[in-house]
Amino acid sequence: MIPVSFYLTLAALMFTIGVCGVAIRRNVIVVFMCIELMLNAVNLSMVAFSRTVGNLDGQIGVFFVMVVAAAEAAIGLGIIIALFRSTRSLESSEASELRR
Amino acid sequence: MHSSWNLLSWLIFTPLIGAVLLYLIPLFHPSVDRHGSKARWFSLAVAVLTFAISVCALASFEVNGSMQLVERAAWIPSFGISYAVGVDGISLALILLTTVLMPVVLLASYSVHSKVRAYLFHMLLLETAMLGTLAALDVFLFYVFWELMLAPMYFIIGIWGGTRRIYATLKFVLYTVFGSVLMLAAILYVVWAYAQQTGEMSFLLSDLLARTELSFKEEVWLFAAFALAFGIKVPIFPFHTWLPDAHVEAPTGGSVILAGVLLKMGIYGFIRFGFPLFPRGAELFIPVLCGLAVIGIVYGALVAWVQTDIKKLVAYSSVSHLGYCVLGLVALNTVATTGSVYQLLNHGISTGALFLLVGVLYDRRHTRDVAEYGGLAAKVPVFAFLFLVFTLSSIALPLTNGFIGEFLILTGSYVTFPFYTTVALLGVILGAVYMLTLYMKTMFGQLDQAKNGSLTDVSAREVATFLPLLILVFWMGLYPQPILRRLEPAVDTFLSDVKARSQMLEEREMGFMAQMRPQLIRAQEGAVPGHGIVQRTSLKESNL
Amino acid sequence: MERTNAALALIPLFPLVGSVAAFLVGRVHKRAAGIIASLASILAFVWTAKLFAAMSAETVLEDVVFSWFGVASLQVDFTLRMDALGAVMCLVVTGIGSLIHIYSTAYMAEDDSVHRFFSYLNLFMFSMLLLVLGGNLLVLFVGWEGVGLCSYLLIGFWFRTIDYAAAGRKAFVVNRIGDAGFLLGIFLLWMNFGTVDFLELEAAIAGNMTLVGLCTVVALCLFIGATGKSAQIPLFVWLPDAMAGPTPVSALIHAATMVTAGIYMMARMDFVFALAPFTLAIVTIVALLTAFVAATTALLQNDIKKVLAYSTVSQLGFMFLAASAGAYWVAIFHVVTHAFFKACLFLGAGSVIHGCHHEQDMRHMGGLSRYMPITFATYLVATLAIAGIFPFAGYQSKHAILGALEHNVNPYIAPYNSWIVALVTFTAFLTAFYMTRSLAMTFFGKYRGHAHPHESPAAMSGVLVALAVLSLFGGWFLETRLPNFLEHVLAVAPGHASETIVESLLHSWVGIAGVVLGLLFYTSLAGVPGLVFSLFKPIGVLFQRKWFVDELYQAILVRPLEGVSRGLWKAVDQGFIDGAVNGSGAVIDTSGQVLRLTQSGQVRHYALWMFVATIAIVVFFLVRS
Repeated sequence: MIPVSFYLTLAALMFTIGVCGVAIRRNVIVVFMCIELMLNAVNLSMVAFSRTVGNLDGQIGVFFVMVVAAAEAAIGLGIIIALFRSTRSLESSEASELRR
Repeated sequence: MHSSWNLLSWLIFTPLIGAVLLYLIPLFHPSVDRHGSKARWFSLAVAVLTFAISVCALASFEVNGSMQLVERAAWIPSFGISYAVGVDGISLALILLTTVLMPVVLLASYSVHSKVRAYLFHMLLLETAMLGTLAALDVFLFYVFWELMLAPMYFIIGIWGGTRRIYATLKFVLYTVFGSVLMLAAILYVVWAYAQQTGEMSFLLSDLLARTELSFKEEVWLFAAFALAFGIKVPIFPFHTWLPDAHVEAPTGGSVILAGVLLKMGIYGFIRFGFPLFPRGAELFIPVLCGLAVIGIVYGALVAWVQTDIKKLVAYSSVSHLGYCVLGLVALNTVATTGSVYQLLNHGISTGALFLLVGVLYDRRHTRDVAEYGGLAAKVPVFAFLFLVFTLSSIALPLTNGFIGEFLILTGSYVTFPFYTTVALLGVILGAVYMLTLYMKTMFGQLDQAKNGSLTDVSAREVATFLPLLILVFWMGLYPQPILRRLEPAVDTFLSDVKARSQMLEEREMGFMAQMRPQLIRAQEGAVPGHGIVQRTSLKESNL
Repeated sequence: MERTNAALALIPLFPLVGSVAAFLVGRVHKRAAGIIASLASILAFVWTAKLFAAMSAETVLEDVVFSWFGVASLQVDFTLRMDALGAVMCLVVTGIGSLIHIYSTAYMAEDDSVHRFFSYLNLFMFSMLLLVLGGNLLVLFVGWEGVGLCSYLLIGFWFRTIDYAAAGRKAFVVNRIGDAGFLLGIFLLWMNFGTVDFLELEAAIAGNMTLVGLCTVVALCLFIGATGKSAQIPLFVWLPDAMAGPTPVSALIHAATMVTAGIYMMARMDFVFALAPFTLAIVTIVALLTAFVAATTALLQNDIKKVLAYSTVSQLGFMFLAASAGAYWVAIFHVVTHAFFKACLFLGAGSVIHGCHHEQDMRHMGGLSRYMPITFATYLVATLAIAGIFPFAGYQSKHAILGALEHNVNPYIAPYNSWIVALVTFTAFLTAFYMTRSLAMTFFGKYRGHAHPHESPAAMSGVLVALAVLSLFGGWFLETRLPNFLEHVLAVAPGHASETIVESLLHSWVGIAGVVLGLLFYTSLAGVPGLVFSLFKPIGVLFQRKWFVDELYQAILVRPLEGVSRGLWKAVDQGFIDGAVNGSGAVIDTSGQVLRLTQSGQVRHYALWMFVATIAIVVFFLVRS
């Protein structure tokens, strides 16, 4: 049996990649994917814990996260499309009108 | 006395209903009612109806010092907030002032040409807020109405005001909010203390008065917070600088309401809440308030003297006049405090009328600069006559209303503060200086400005706006007894409440301390000064 | 004393109704205004006379019109009361007032605003009657301020000339200064005795020697009020300016009635002053100075009304001198005789001005005795009266004043009695001199103007004759009757021994000397006045320029105060307070601007901040545990 620390290390790596992507990349779609990556890193660690501890609480949590992620994907993509329509670009740095 | 008619609620909310109807009834839509004349008549009718209700309230009012026409209903029971309203002589008098001035103001609204419906809406909303503030017996309800007064006034100055209206309206709102936020904190503290001591929540004034125990130190801080809120509203020197700006920029109706009613709320707040809740804190501040009042009297008069803008002059005269009211209030004896409330009414009438008069000139010439006028008495004699009467009322000539108020205040406060009152007499002299200078420069001399040659005298509608005020000036000067008779018991109740609560708090605190540290108290007994209001007032009773 | 109810309210009511009626009717029918107003005034006189006829010296008529206002123990009724003193004043006010009303119907006939004039004039009568009939200090104060208002309105009656309006304002403001002192006196009295009613105050105060300290202060306050209304130093500056009003107004308000209100008030409050010898000493000094300063100023004035104005100030000083010596009845006696001859002089001056087509400068008059014989004759009688020459009215009252001053028992003053009498005598000489000067410059010599002088119409000359008759016989008639009538109200000193005509003539030497010298200087020895003037030039200029009092007040009071006001406004209001308000706004604004730099608008930056903050929190908790 693979020890839980392996899962956690992988999850931490995935989360870090996600954070760096959000912080560095400008393309909105890539940023969006990085957010998904972070969510899934959390999912992975929750499932791993669930198996180690031996109850289903963590897996139930994962379902909730997946549902929310799906909803978020729908809304997020909608926003991205709206953004693209108005700015003709997927650069997140272009969308700073609200500051003014 | 419980009213089965909910008279006060009807009184408070009739203007609000009217305001809402203005927008609900399609007849008043600007596309149908192009010049807003229908909306004007409608809102005037609403204001007159409100006045009629207030007269009904007066008719069912019995001459004694108790709260009457009381209505009470739970509002937010979990926090102990209730809808409680009632009136005593003081608030009834101020309510009548409000309901008398409002039709006058609406009649004078003919000088407003843009967004008439919105203007009327704000005015009626303002009336509800003012009446609610005056009738509220629940601290939370009071605070809600108190803040509600700000919003319409903000828009009235900000939308229909003069050239610097944005600066003026922001200054007005920020000044006022600054004070009232501290007041809110103080209110919450008092209620928290009440909850700590009794185990239940209540914002009801009578509960707070009867059962909240505060230490002397707490009282001082809480009174300071209240005093700041009320002092800015009065306005007491040096918190007065919003007033000239707000007055100058406000449209005529706004100025009238501002001077006529809103300024009174500060003094009223002191009487209803500040002094009774924190009597010992108040006592500590009395010398300060008195000193500031006298400074305000002289300072306002001096500064008014050198103004070239008529409205600014009248605004500074308000600072001076309200100084008298503060002086009379803090003298804390029946004569002076009754005079103070009476002077509130006088100031509302005479200064309100003066602003209306300036409005009449402004409508015709679009300037408020004194130098633009001169010699008008020959051209517009009726106007000159009205101006003279209200000028005289403002400088408290005997047989006009101003004299009674000023005389009562000065006589009464002379007993308490002989020195300060003597200084305040300078205001009597300076009042004549600045008002007669204004009158001379505008009305007398040669009619040398060509543009004034085509001035028309006051119209019938304008005469109708002045007539009620004119009658009141003489009636209140000649036969003030019907009003004084109703004010006096309420003032007596106020004074004895303050005294009783001060005594109660004193005893509780002493008792508490005695319980905790008996030996300390014994050691201090010689040093504890004879605490204030109780003893000082009883000394004076021989005369008052 | 017997107190009886009587319809006293009718007396002031007639002129009040007349005031309104004259205005409303007069707007349509110009002539009607004068008739209505005169009628109202005459009715008031008739009613007063009717009540007076039924009065004995001890009667006090009372009329509580209504209860005016009251809070706690401050209860004030609108009480009118007429005792002997009130009756005398009332008769003077309504009597002289009626005469002047009649005179005005002719004098003001050509004015456009005649309805306004008569309305104000009647309003004045109303206020003045309230003043003398008031049964308590507050009703008196109503009249006190009311006459001030009417004076303001009438001085500025020709308001198109801004200087006239300014004169009115000055009168009102200066009076207000006095009124503030008066109010202070009222406060003190009420605070200590709990009443403002004259009879109750008298009962509480009269003769109570423990109250000397309090009474000294109260009397001083009341006297400040009197200096305002009755034009004494330091508040006399308004009266000469008040000559801007139409001449009948000067006669009625600024000579015969209103300006004597201070003396009346002092007589009314004699029980307070009696306990305040120190204040009375101050009154004596002030009155003496006023009488002298005003008389010297009158010496060199060229405006006929200005001479009379300063003469009035001076004569008021005489009245205060009498009152300060405790001889209140003498003061009132001089009030009455002064009302007769000064009204006559002013109306005579008015007649001259009318006849010379609005010329007031005496240098452009002269020789008018030929054109205006009636005016001349009456003016002559009044001049002899004011000069104090037997048997004219001024003699008896002036003689009584000197007598009272000689026997003044005031401990602060008594040692200097002879000096005071000497100075007063000299002032009386000056009075005779400058009045003769005005008589000579106006009526003698050759006419120096360019108009066509003519005698005034019958309504005016008739009134002049009536007043001249009063100036001739009034003093003789009242000399013994007045003290007998007033003795129950006022302290009446034992009357001086009756004297023969020769003695009386000898006692008028001062007046005769003044008149003779004046006649010589301004008729046959015309060069002498110029010579004297050039010899004592500095003093002459001082007199001519009215002791520079106006300039002094302007320099030390008005201008600095205006500067301070402007400074307060600009520095304190706009600079300091608004600076603080706007400054705190600016601080918030600036800090907002700085903090705004952290808001890039880039979602990635915000996410990074969030991440860093999360890490920081985690680290914080890790380190802490």
